[in-house]
Amino acid sequence: MPLDFNSYDTKNFYDELIQPSGAPRPGARILVERIESLQDGEIIARQKAAEAAMYNMGITFTVYGSDEGTEKIFPFDIVPRIVEASDWQYIERGLKQRIHALNLFLDDIYHEQKILKDKAIPEDLILSASSFRPQCVGLDVPRGIWCHITGTDLVRDSDGQHYVLEDNLRCPSGVSYVLENRQVLKRTLPVAFDASRVRAVDDYPARLLETLQYLAPDHLSSPTVVVLTPGMYNSAYFEHSFLAQQMGVELVEGSDLVVMDGFVHMRTTQGFQRVDVIYRRMDDDFIDPKAFRVDSMLGVPGLMEVYRNGRVALANAPGTGIADDKAVYAYLPQIVKYYLGEDMILPNVLTHICADKKEREYVLANLDKLVVKATNESGGYGMLVGPHSTKAQQAEFADLIRKNPRNYIAQPTLSLSRAPVLMGDHFEGRHIDLRPYILYGKDIYVMPGGLTRVALKKGSLVVNSSQGGGSKDTWVLSE
Amino acid sequence: MLSRVANSIYWMSRYLERAENVARFIDVNLNLSLDLPAGYGEQWAPLVNISGDLELFTKRYGEPTRENVLHFLTFDRENPNSILSCVRHARENARSVREIISSEMWEQANRFYLRVKEAAANKSAIDNPHDFYTAVKMENHLFDGITEATMSHGEAWHFLQVGELLERADKTSRILDVKYFILLPDEQAIGTAVDNIQWSALLKSASALEMYRKHSKQINPSKVAEFLLLNRDFPRSVQSCLARAAYSLHAITGSRQDGFSNLTEKRLGKLLADLNYTQIDEIIAGGLHEFLDGLQTRLNHIDSAIFECYFTLRPLTGSSSHLTQEQ
Repeated sequence: MPLDFNSYDTKNFYDELIQPSGAPRPGARILVERIESLQDGEIIARQKAAEAAMYNMGITFTVYGSDEGTEKIFPFDIVPRIVEASDWQYIERGLKQRIHALNLFLDDIYHEQKILKDKAIPEDLILSASSFRPQCVGLDVPRGIWCHITGTDLVRDSDGQHYVLEDNLRCPSGVSYVLENRQVLKRTLPVAFDASRVRAVDDYPARLLETLQYLAPDHLSSPTVVVLTPGMYNSAYFEHSFLAQQMGVELVEGSDLVVMDGFVHMRTTQGFQRVDVIYRRMDDDFIDPKAFRVDSMLGVPGLMEVYRNGRVALANAPGTGIADDKAVYAYLPQIVKYYLGEDMILPNVLTHICADKKEREYVLANLDKLVVKATNESGGYGMLVGPHSTKAQQAEFADLIRKNPRNYIAQPTLSLSRAPVLMGDHFEGRHIDLRPYILYGKDIYVMPGGLTRVALKKGSLVVNSSQGGGSKDTWVLSE
Repeated sequence: MLSRVANSIYWMSRYLERAENVARFIDVNLNLSLDLPAGYGEQWAPLVNISGDLELFTKRYGEPTRENVLHFLTFDRENPNSILSCVRHARENARSVREIISSEMWEQANRFYLRVKEAAANKSAIDNPHDFYTAVKMENHLFDGITEATMSHGEAWHFLQVGELLERADKTSRILDVKYFILLPDEQAIGTAVDNIQWSALLKSASALEMYRKHSKQINPSKVAEFLLLNRDFPRSVQSCLARAAYSLHAITGSRQDGFSNLTEKRLGKLLADLNYTQIDEIIAGGLHEFLDGLQTRLNHIDSAIFECYFTLRPLTGSSSHLTQEQ
């Protein structure tokens, strides 16, 4: 059976590859022609071969609860998503502006709190947040940078406009899949890849290492950088070890590190060795039982004190979580205006803050139309998708909101854009989003591309991997 | 390198080597039972003896029938030394040091595990055991080859060598010991055709038959013992394994080959010197089994010295979650 896009129906959604007329979008023309020129069954065989390769390479995550852990590959789709050069320029400008403003915001919030004193945003919103860390007040972080690595989630609505859904400034994951997907796709669709002139993402690990090294004290000619992981049973362990391997640095667990003589050291076969920069992939709560959760077995006792004394750098800085609180997100336009005197380039999705009485009433009256999210959760947890929910679920969320309004926001249900996905022997449209990765070191760098996540379940809007999502390679075209 | 990483690499290679050796014993015993004349009966209990897990086996299975022993040694998840358990531990260790080993090595450890896991799920491996046990041996040979060809011969590689070689020395000594369980009780059989078959099987278990023949031609018990214990050129002999392990240990610390800088080097050096200056006649006069028993104890002491010298660094604070692996 020939595999083409003739019977592919965009069904009135914005499709990233195919126009409503059925013709490919200009940037996708080469790709679509290439796929249609393949022999019968070829693309299916290539998808299967790529999946088998990933399984053998162990690019998997563990599904808990079953006998000794069933391993699955993070599902991926062989048809890449294409982002035109002009779209990307706009996205890149918008992201840089955002990260710039968010970093100024973090530095202010943990120092003078001018933005609160000037009442540009409500004081209570910040000081009441569980992600605000009083332990970080007064911290002078290396080079004044707090958010070194950010993954910002973008969606495109039916109007074709990109919106920021949320910023992830704690431990955004997924970049390893971007790099692995690219390896697979280069092998799978080399001709189309080459002809489409796709921008490279492969130098990300090198740039990440530069970003981390930049945080070390000036006098160190070759600082020791490590990646700190909660361990191999963490669902993102593959990524932690992948990044350490690609950067050529040690992957350490909390028990490998010890604070001695005012510095952080790692235990090696040759004795203790000083560590200068830690890319930590665990939440604030767990990094230091002396400063945060006392029951944490994962972290390094005394780490925060060394950090406060400027004798080790942490990326991201502790306390950055306040900037990705979903209620703070709602104030991003004010934050950008306050620090940069500019209008926000990449718009937010309209957000109702349940802490506000009038907005809360509106949310409670429209639960069946809105998406409700807990302000401090991630991974698609603590979420109600109104149009897909039952009356009972709505009642449950109404209760939750009334009990703790600060903890909830609501947004209109967007009509996320879609892209074709190989489903058995044909293509079907599925909703997608995009998570580009931004590095803040000497400059702000936006990786050209990012993780395109796909809601593989028909009609679903939830793209999180923990909720059955998959991914695609993202091809950002050069001009 | 990190102590935890060195520990994982050491155990990764020990477990892989162990899996290969279990497959080796079983395969030879399967062949042997085909060759034995009627009336001799199959000998399955000694296999459990070699692995040192007789107590656990008896508790869980009772009778050492062919089927029970095969299952226990091959796919039993509760047996920490079954092939499945060994390959699983090896693969978990490999996963925890993925950023240190080459990606080809990781991929092979992963494939090896997936293959054994699949075989455990469908019983065909037991129906066609020879193919399966051969495959297990080959998977580990492949891992060794990939390691040799893709990993820098630096500190991590030396730890890997030490793990593999100590495990191999231990298993060779246990293979030799099995003769004590099978044969010695029956003195009348010495020198008979059956005796020769069994000594040949034993050499085969160590993949040593052909090399032995080149070396000594006729099968002769004390020559076999000498070959497996003291031969300097045969890569599975105890002497050869320990000499190479000692070389790697000295490469790790940079200390001189004829001295020592820590307890591990001291213990291994002494054991090696004993082997270097011992003749097989003295060993047999003192009792082969007693000698092998002592050898295994000394190997265990070397293992604990490695743990002390390289894998734990005081002052110790925090968790010790990675210290749970044991022999």
